[in-house]
Amino acid sequence: MKAISVKETRKLLFTPIVENNPIALQILGICSALAVTVKMDVTLIMCIALTSVVTLSNLFISIIRHYIPDSIRIIVQMTIISSLVIIVDELLKAYAYEASKQLSVFVGLIITNCIVMGRAEAYAMKNPPIKSMLDGFGNGLGYSFVLLIVAAVREIFGSGTFFGMQLMPENYPINNFLLLPPSSFIIIGIMIWVIRSFSKSQVEENENPLKAHTFKPLKVKKEVASG
Amino acid sequence: MADLLNLFVKTVFIENIALSLFLGMCTFFAISKQVKAAFGLGIAVIVVLTITVPLNNLIYNFVLKEGALSWAGLDDTNLQFVGLITYIGVIAAAVQILEMFLDKYVPALYNALGIFLPLITVNCAILGASLFMIEKNYSFTESVVYGFGAGFGWALAIVLLAGIREKLKYSDIPEGLRGLGITFVIVGLMSFGFMSFGGILL
Repeated sequence: MKAISVKETRKLLFTPIVENNPIALQILGICSALAVTVKMDVTLIMCIALTSVVTLSNLFISIIRHYIPDSIRIIVQMTIISSLVIIVDELLKAYAYEASKQLSVFVGLIITNCIVMGRAEAYAMKNPPIKSMLDGFGNGLGYSFVLLIVAAVREIFGSGTFFGMQLMPENYPINNFLLLPPSSFIIIGIMIWVIRSFSKSQVEENENPLKAHTFKPLKVKKEVASG
Repeated sequence: MADLLNLFVKTVFIENIALSLFLGMCTFFAISKQVKAAFGLGIAVIVVLTITVPLNNLIYNFVLKEGALSWAGLDDTNLQFVGLITYIGVIAAAVQILEMFLDKYVPALYNALGIFLPLITVNCAILGASLFMIEKNYSFTESVVYGFGAGFGWALAIVLLAGIREKLKYSDIPEGLRGLGITFVIVGLMSFGFMSFGGILL
């Protein structure tokens, strides 16, 4: 097996964080993400769970990629992923029971998290194991990056704490707006705005048939006016 | 009866599976550019949820639950740890069978649903609804109502969003926020709107 250069490793690990973020650019994996970002500690556990599942599933799928018949590949991928998720779920129940109660069904929903499926399908089926593993890890980091920022904003400005420690002054009023789940949508929306104002290539095309800012007063043709 | 109606209203509006539980978000964002496509997908989700949730309910109650296998003479087997893999298997199989059935007997609907059916297998809303049904310990009848209600709520939400996005094309949005960004913000506002249904009791 050929060794992978440092540069390539770095590329595999870090492009998914900002340049090609799975949540902000590819719209993958927001499903189970939003409801778990009220508190940092719960979010961190969710991130670790997802990152380990996506790393390992990419590794295993890549190892057996030559033996998977094309017609049933989705079911094979799904079986590998759900076995991994079951292991993570049981581990959480054993060692972090409180957090697993708070995450409730969202750990199980990692199975249908599109990041895991998407990376398996798009990358691990075509690339050697080590590279796929790094790619999975990088995408897990990209997911964690978005989730942790959302959780940090919500916990610091929502309840004034960080990992449960009081961060804001004692008399900081609890901001219920940020504690409600829908606020995470708005935070992600604004994050996408920030990311895209730095890397212009991600800006989507203007689909407005009228093209904003191009309104010009209609010129009346001479003939019509004189005729 | 009143209980079931109450459960239905609660599932559609108060605990809307898209806007207050955030399930099925990937397809929710990806396929909500046109009302027509959104409507097709919505119908497909309703059909699949109405079938798979009760099915998983039966499997849970008669096979997986602790002591559920007593009819087979196995009194203290607890198969809950294979739950996840079973539910997703049931969903994948149900979707596949539904696809073949529609292809054979209702080709019009099959063509209308088209690519949406296979997509649905990996939709978190489907698995999520089954998991919530088990967490809340619904009976069989309740699970039928819950499955249908969850699907209906999801369809309602995606059609509403598609309607807004169709109009949104004509508005002047700052560059970086265009497309995905503004959609996130709108979904956030919509889900705040849906929160105001909270506390309704029939």
